[in-house]
Amino acid sequence: MSYVLKRIAQSVLTVYVVISASFGLVRLLPGGPLDYLRAQAVQQGGSDLSMSEINARIAAQTNIAVNEPMYVQYYEYMAAMLQGDFGVSTRYGDPVMSIIGPAIPWTVFLTATALFLAFTIGVSLGAFMAYREGSRFDVASTGVGLVLNSTPGYVLALLFVSYLGYRMQLFPTGGRYASELTVGFNASFLGSVLYHGALPIASMALVGFGGWALSMRGNSIRVLGEDYLRVARLRGLSTRRIAMRYVARNAILPMYTGLMIAIGTVFGGAVIIENIFAYPGVGFYLIQGINARDYPLMMGGFIIITIAMVIGITVADLTYGVLDPRAKGGGSRESY
Amino acid sequence: MSPTDRHDADDVDESDFAAVSDTLADDPDRFTDEDRTPERSAISGHARNGRVAADGGSSSVSEFQQMADVSMTDAERRRQWIDEKILAPARIVWSDWRARTGVLVVLSYLFVGTVGLLLVTEPSPNQGGYLIGAFRTLEYPLGTTQSGVSLLSQVVHATPSMLTMVASGAVFTVCLGTVFGTIAGYKGGTADRVLMVVTDVMMTIPGLPLTIVLASALQIEGNPVVIGILVTINAWAGLARAIRSQVLTLRDAEYVEASRIMGMETSVIISGDIVPNLMPYITMNFVQQARAVIFGVVGLYFLGVLPYNSSNWGVMMNAAVNRAGAISSPAAFHWLLVPMVAVIGLALGLTLLAQGADRIFNPRVRARHAETVASDDDEGGI
Repeated sequence: MSYVLKRIAQSVLTVYVVISASFGLVRLLPGGPLDYLRAQAVQQGGSDLSMSEINARIAAQTNIAVNEPMYVQYYEYMAAMLQGDFGVSTRYGDPVMSIIGPAIPWTVFLTATALFLAFTIGVSLGAFMAYREGSRFDVASTGVGLVLNSTPGYVLALLFVSYLGYRMQLFPTGGRYASELTVGFNASFLGSVLYHGALPIASMALVGFGGWALSMRGNSIRVLGEDYLRVARLRGLSTRRIAMRYVARNAILPMYTGLMIAIGTVFGGAVIIENIFAYPGVGFYLIQGINARDYPLMMGGFIIITIAMVIGITVADLTYGVLDPRAKGGGSRESY
Repeated sequence: MSPTDRHDADDVDESDFAAVSDTLADDPDRFTDEDRTPERSAISGHARNGRVAADGGSSSVSEFQQMADVSMTDAERRRQWIDEKILAPARIVWSDWRARTGVLVVLSYLFVGTVGLLLVTEPSPNQGGYLIGAFRTLEYPLGTTQSGVSLLSQVVHATPSMLTMVASGAVFTVCLGTVFGTIAGYKGGTADRVLMVVTDVMMTIPGLPLTIVLASALQIEGNPVVIGILVTINAWAGLARAIRSQVLTLRDAEYVEASRIMGMETSVIISGDIVPNLMPYITMNFVQQARAVIFGVVGLYFLGVLPYNSSNWGVMMNAAVNRAGAISSPAAFHWLLVPMVAVIGLALGLTLLAQGADRIFNPRVRARHAETVASDDDEGGI
């Protein structure tokens, strides 16, 4: 129980640190975002805007009331953020939450599917390679895995969008679903979503599974040489039971932390993929915000991405305690 | 204990299966398995001091300080040092096809990034015709861009800044990760808790978005060293966690305990007893981090969200797509393809190097390749 509480406290701390850091970045940097927003407001409103009107406008956009003392600014900024008010986009004129919020499920759909596919394919292939160690299949798969592992996802995405999208016209080159369809739980809509998501997911999953396969192969080969496996064979256990309960479990366990780090990299990597496929996910809007120097959208987007990731990693981390009960103990070592 | 713990399972020192492994302890075969990394290969930095004392020792030296009864001349010792530290690793690398290919690839990129600059003319507009395809003319083997810049010149002259970014990012990550991981793992207690909270907070923040936001808010210049660090700004946290869990298995080893009882300073114990044992892991991570830097840098330059003061592969890809529409137009596709091949080539070289690198640090493999060291495998026969 204390493990769960500790873990959740840590997640809250992470979110707090990130929001505070965003305040620091926006507020404290000389010549930074705040000065830019002020110049932008003067430019748009002309000379008839008074200083207090400009300040009010900035306060609405960024939740930072510039004329208050610093600690009041900080307090009000944090209070607004905790209420889900991430400011107003200068480019779209809408609250940041109403732009980024609806985009989150789409990014999660892409990244979670890609990660799941990469992990399951990689682990099964890696285990199979370990059993066939040294065979032609093993050598060929290792080669393919190495090459895919050395290819960035966006390179594959560019090749896909160029060949399958533009030249062969097999797949759509942008959007979440066909624009003429109405959103609903029906076959044609879901089919369209999968059709539009296929290439982004494929480009993330294909470059991912090679790495999982290689580490699963290494882990399995190591486990296969363990003494407890000899004992299991001597006990006359069925091959299936040995493969699933002895080899697979012990080979996958060390990859679990890697999986959690992968959640972060895949989520971050989706920024580039979404922009290549013009897929309106969180990363797409983040780059839109950067290119338009739309600081509220950028900062709000970044904070929302971080919160989404913190939740994902916390959930994954808590399930680790279920998989490996040993993780709950510890922490009571002598300090030197 | 089982090697299962070696990687990531935190706070775990014992395996459920430790008892089972004892039943086979009398089987001598498993100790001669040369591919197996010994669980606690005791590489200690203090060994150096012992060797120096060997021939300088007078007759009053106690039994415990006396290291060897053969004395070596300086030249012999130098020769042995070169053989152990340089030639043996080199021979190991050469004997493994993956490491050999990896080293050759990385060296060729280094060659292109240094000597290649002198051989290939600097890129400039109107060097040749516009959008000449790859492998059409001898003068511009990789083709030209929309404004007639030779792609070969561009790719070659972008190499130094790419390599600088890669090196700075990898060094930054590995140094910070090692410092945080070893101190947290070795010290334990409050230091461990504080450092791990910092690490966990950093680890949870999504890396690339953080880089993008920082690059945009900080208004930094396009210095390659700074960019390299910026792209891997929080990658050290994952490494620190992994290193910490490895240190946990080492901190109570006999030789570490001995150093502690002798009253050595923590910094000496960490750098002399702990870090040498982690070198294989750290080296592997250095190489993998280098690959991550290339992926991140090129991807972000491709999106056009990082500042630059000299052309690089990501900027080339960005220009190909935005100026010539390389995604939809076959005529400009080679412009996009050339930097992509450069990225994959370097990444593949680094991946192969990482795959073969762990063999260099395997003491058994190393002893077999060092001529001046008597190998314990020799008498075993084939």
